[in-house]
Amino acid sequence: MSNIHKAFENGKAFIPFITCGDPDLATTAAVVRTAVANGADLIELGIPFSDPTAEGPVIQGANLRALSGGVRTDQIFDLVRQLRTDVTVPMVFMTYANVVFSYGAEKFIATCREIGIDGLILPDLPFEEKGEFLPLCRQYGVDLISLIAPTSRERISMIAAEAEGFLYIVSSLGVTGTRTEITTDLDAIVRVVRQNTEIPCAIGFGISTPEQARKMASVSDGAIVGSAIIKILARYGKDAAPYVGEYVRSMKVAVMQCD
Amino acid sequence: MSKGRFGIHGGQYIPETLMNAVIELEEAYNHYKDDPEFVRELSALFNEYAGRPSRLYFASKMTADLGGAKIYLKREDLNHTGAHKINNVLGQALLAKKMGKTRLIAETGAGQHGVATATAAALMDMECVVFMGEEDTIRQALNVYRMRLLGAEVIPVKTGTATLKDAVSEAMREWTSRISDTHYCLGSVMGPHPFPTIVRDFQAVISKEIREQILEKEGKLPDAVLACVGGGSNAIGSFYHFIGDEGVKLIGCEAAGRGVDTFETAATIATGRLGIFHGMKSYFCQDEDGQIAPVYSISAGLDYPGIGPEHAYLHDTGRAEYVPVTDEEAVDAFEYLARTEGIIPAIESAHAVAHAMKIAPGMSPDQVIVITLSGRGDKDCAAIARYRGEDLHE
Repeated sequence: MSNIHKAFENGKAFIPFITCGDPDLATTAAVVRTAVANGADLIELGIPFSDPTAEGPVIQGANLRALSGGVRTDQIFDLVRQLRTDVTVPMVFMTYANVVFSYGAEKFIATCREIGIDGLILPDLPFEEKGEFLPLCRQYGVDLISLIAPTSRERISMIAAEAEGFLYIVSSLGVTGTRTEITTDLDAIVRVVRQNTEIPCAIGFGISTPEQARKMASVSDGAIVGSAIIKILARYGKDAAPYVGEYVRSMKVAVMQCD
Repeated sequence: MSKGRFGIHGGQYIPETLMNAVIELEEAYNHYKDDPEFVRELSALFNEYAGRPSRLYFASKMTADLGGAKIYLKREDLNHTGAHKINNVLGQALLAKKMGKTRLIAETGAGQHGVATATAAALMDMECVVFMGEEDTIRQALNVYRMRLLGAEVIPVKTGTATLKDAVSEAMREWTSRISDTHYCLGSVMGPHPFPTIVRDFQAVISKEIREQILEKEGKLPDAVLACVGGGSNAIGSFYHFIGDEGVKLIGCEAAGRGVDTFETAATIATGRLGIFHGMKSYFCQDEDGQIAPVYSISAGLDYPGIGPEHAYLHDTGRAEYVPVTDEEAVDAFEYLARTEGIIPAIESAHAVAHAMKIAPGMSPDQVIVITLSGRGDKDCAAIARYRGEDLHE
């Protein structure tokens, strides 16, 4: 088991997503540190992919900016090594199956363990395909995070029963991106999850305002926010850290109001 | 190992949001594929609407000119909408209709699959949205107009390289946001299971006919069957009923673009390596970090960085051979077939013609080659004219 459970020991969790290398790795490091200083409980670090099929235009843009800046997987490992000298909250990688596979799955996952990455979120690796990386993840003590979608229905119990680390509940149909309204019956999904596992679950996709975060965290164990943070990075670039810090603080305050 | 494997290739590497959709599709397909009513309706559409069976034409002048093997052309270019794409689309649209879907979405490269999908949607009273790389909407402007004329909405995709792979990505994104009334009519033998199997089965009519026709004309099986390969739907359709016949060489012709020793190529078997993308494990053109390569070919329909998983498997086992053909060779073959046989092939199909021109002279006159002409070349004339330096625009 990894350290992911620690992210859920400070009340409801707030989990920011940051694409590594957008616009450069120094900015990513500054943004991660300020997010932690402002109450982020777990950091989701995106390794950019050329063709991120689960992402909306905002995170696609971040992937493109990072890759245009020339960021490489090995440099991202170095970034994490450097962050781990002072950052103690759990950190997970969010990327696509080919980034792990192509690097050499064992080398990638062993490196995750070595540098202090606690989990892997791969949106194009559903339950049926997790055997691709699960044995190696178990061997090296890296949690392979499972996702549940609004369309999962009878699959929820099967996925939840075998989930590790935390469960990522996708709030809405479609790709990542901010939404004005989330209409999925998340209460019902979380009820089935709770019947099948004791690991925490957090909701992501479409969340941008403190009010949405509070609502999502009130039915689950935390809120995950990506696109809203990427928008701040897109707007302020290398100067984004203080603005992200301010935003993370407002979101953590909001999710804490659930308790 | 999960479902839909061809050796180590294939699988279902897609977001959880789509899993129930592909499971339902697989169940529906397994139910209908042997349903006599479905089979009867689909054959009626193939025969009465699409114009099947397509001809197997003996190219006597080409045969005489090259001075080797006898050459036959499987005329998929004579199908309604001008390409083999209609075979798969009629099958999937009929299946979608039976599943209660009212809307078809599709990706398209050259525009042939988009036109075929728009055609089936018009015929079956379904809504249709086609995603097409912005670059391709320029290269294939006439096909964009055709799709609109048929009542489809065409959405230019501006992300990435703005070509076929980006159109596939965008169609997948659209499907995750609207599943209940929408079927993703994937155009090639790629993507997550069950698409590679469904598309192959609907295209397998090509080799089923070739087999019957060549036995009737020659009294024996061909020595080689050639087809162009992007994702690989016309090729797998042309190969399928010969896979068990070891004596029949199966040759897939990949788009080498400006050459396999340049970065401007789309020859996946020649330059790619094993990866996971667009729902499948297969070979992909990619860099050291697994970033998918921005591939290039003069042919919008072959301009894809991957290859269908069954082809990857046929390559692994050595049952099929995959060869690269450059832009220049394909354009030469395009012009050659026009002048020699009075047939203008799609630039995609011209890749297969080009390889036949290389191997036929070295074969004996009692040997037989079948080349699948997957589509007609009207759509390519302006682009080829420009390639040859003429200032021609549609």
